[in-house]
Amino acid sequence: MGIDKDLLEKAGDNNSNEGLTYVLRLFVTGASANSVRAISNLKQICETHLKGNYSLEIIDVYQQKAIAETEQIIALPLLIKTLPLPRKRLVGDMSEKDKVLRGLGLII
Amino acid sequence: MVEVNKLLPKTPTGIVGLDEITEGGIPTARPTLICGAAGSGKTLFSIEFIVKGALEFNEPGVFMAFEEKAEELSLNVASLGFDLEALQRNNLIKVDHVHIERSEIEETGEYDLDGLFIRLGYAIDSIGAKRVVLDTIENLFSGLSNQSILRAELRRLFQWLKEKRVTAIITGEKGDGFLTRQGLEEYVSDCVILLDHRVSRQISTRLLRIIKYRGSVHGTNEYPFLIDADGISVLPITSLKLEHSVSSERVSSGIPSLDKMLEGQGFFKGSSILVSGTAGTGKTSIAAYFANETCKNKKKCVYFAFEESPQQIIRNMRSIGIDLQEHIDNGFLEFHASRPTLNGLEMHLVAIHKIVKRFKPEAIILDPITNLITVGAVSEVKAMLIRLIDFLQAEQITVMFTALTLTTVINEQTDEGVSSLVDAWLLVRDIEFNGERNRGLYIMKSRGMRHSNQVREFVISNEGLKLVDVYLGPEGVLTGSAREAQQLMEETGVVLRTHAVTRKDREIERKRMVLQAKIESLKEEFESVTEELNKSYVEEELRKEVMEKNREQIIKSRHNGNINKSDS
Repeated sequence: MGIDKDLLEKAGDNNSNEGLTYVLRLFVTGASANSVRAISNLKQICETHLKGNYSLEIIDVYQQKAIAETEQIIALPLLIKTLPLPRKRLVGDMSEKDKVLRGLGLII
Repeated sequence: MVEVNKLLPKTPTGIVGLDEITEGGIPTARPTLICGAAGSGKTLFSIEFIVKGALEFNEPGVFMAFEEKAEELSLNVASLGFDLEALQRNNLIKVDHVHIERSEIEETGEYDLDGLFIRLGYAIDSIGAKRVVLDTIENLFSGLSNQSILRAELRRLFQWLKEKRVTAIITGEKGDGFLTRQGLEEYVSDCVILLDHRVSRQISTRLLRIIKYRGSVHGTNEYPFLIDADGISVLPITSLKLEHSVSSERVSSGIPSLDKMLEGQGFFKGSSILVSGTAGTGKTSIAAYFANETCKNKKKCVYFAFEESPQQIIRNMRSIGIDLQEHIDNGFLEFHASRPTLNGLEMHLVAIHKIVKRFKPEAIILDPITNLITVGAVSEVKAMLIRLIDFLQAEQITVMFTALTLTTVINEQTDEGVSSLVDAWLLVRDIEFNGERNRGLYIMKSRGMRHSNQVREFVISNEGLKLVDVYLGPEGVLTGSAREAQQLMEETGVVLRTHAVTRKDREIERKRMVLQAKIESLKEEFESVTEELNKSYVEEELRKEVMEKNREQIIKSRHNGNINKSDS
């Protein structure tokens, strides 16, 4: 949580006009088709809508199996939006752009 | 059958009774579906499978909970004596709570459940699990909406579980017209067990049925099961075979005069005895005597009381001279008192079954079975008693039932219709006569022995129970005071007869003495006559002698010339 706060403060400093920054973690399974699509789709959306205002961490669950339990992972690929609140979990290959944007809170 | 078992390896669940119905357990390395409505015991069933596996069969297990949190689960099963946390610390069990929050999730395209696979695979590998429970996986459907993906993934999951060589239990909530809401039975096709929870006449009964068990024989009936402090017990009580071994050993009823009516030896060991009668005829007393006798012979006995509390029975039985408390203290007697309405019929059966298995008695008493009618219909009671008798006979346990007959008319059948099932039937009935009620005891039947056909009066006194021969008087059977009066009368008769006999004897004696006296006097007469005769005879002799002498003298004198002198 300390890290999140730091990020939040830093983001606030950097982007005072928006006051928020996006902390995203994408969980994938190696180089499966869904994973590859999810990564490319998400990157494209972020570059388009959140340029310079987000941090994205990509985690391969196969490499860190224990994380599946701690992060309550069932369906993959999974994008967890830690910030801004509310926490959101986006499941799927991110091909439905409208839903991704809604999930990120960029459109209502 | 043995070969079938060889072909299909089975994993014992450790749940009492279930492994008997399934002849060894659930299929090894395959998923088994347990379905049932809410509150039917699915979670408990599956957790017991995991815990017993870890504790008794050295098979670690993963419990994946989709409903309850790990802590909640630990608390819920702590009442059954399962310490999940300790088991988790020892790496025998891994509990993983899967939490899906619908409101947080947005589906943005194609996905799969690899996360679940990785998570489960990791859990299995981390403790070397042989058993897996997914409880209730259907909750995934409430969290994720893409049904076609979910279904395909579930199919893949079950296949994957088989490949992992784990024995899995998947639970599913019962749906409308289907075994499970999401039709899981479609994917899990090896073994399906249905749990049910039925309430009839305000009494609930839990039931279990094996719907499907591919590649194995299994019981197809509904089996009642009980959840209590020891977990789940299932009863495979309907044995359709009549193959009990029988004993020709005899056990005493505790009442010597009753034993005498039963060829002098009592009941057969392992037989079932029914004591029926109207209210207050001493059925409980007979039962208590039997219990007392069993315990006195250092054999164990269980007394199931459905009407009175143990203390009440103990107190009451002291009044007829038996102390049951002593046997309780010595550990030969156990009382189990409960209202019939406490449980459903099947539950009573399960409870009896459990107690018998634990305590291993030689005899049990059910007093009275009549009250069970309040819980179920006559046919149900009968069915339950059939199963009970079956079970007890298989275990070679002698059972005594008491039953209240509601009418004073002797029926060919008891109200419970069990008279045809039991081996021996004692009937105690009131005999009302002469302004008092007395008890008469008959043996209506006793299989396999030449029992007495006599009605005996059954007397309860401070000294205990006694059977007295009844008297057949001109007005019928005499009991109670009429019997005593008759007894008295007969005693008087005896005295009178004895008296009469002595008088006659005396007369004979007298006559004999008179005749004796007569004989004596005749003898004496004869002697005196003989003497008289002897006397005259002697005199004659003497006279003859004297005359002879005199004549010789005269002759002598004549020759001497002094004839005149000597003549004078």
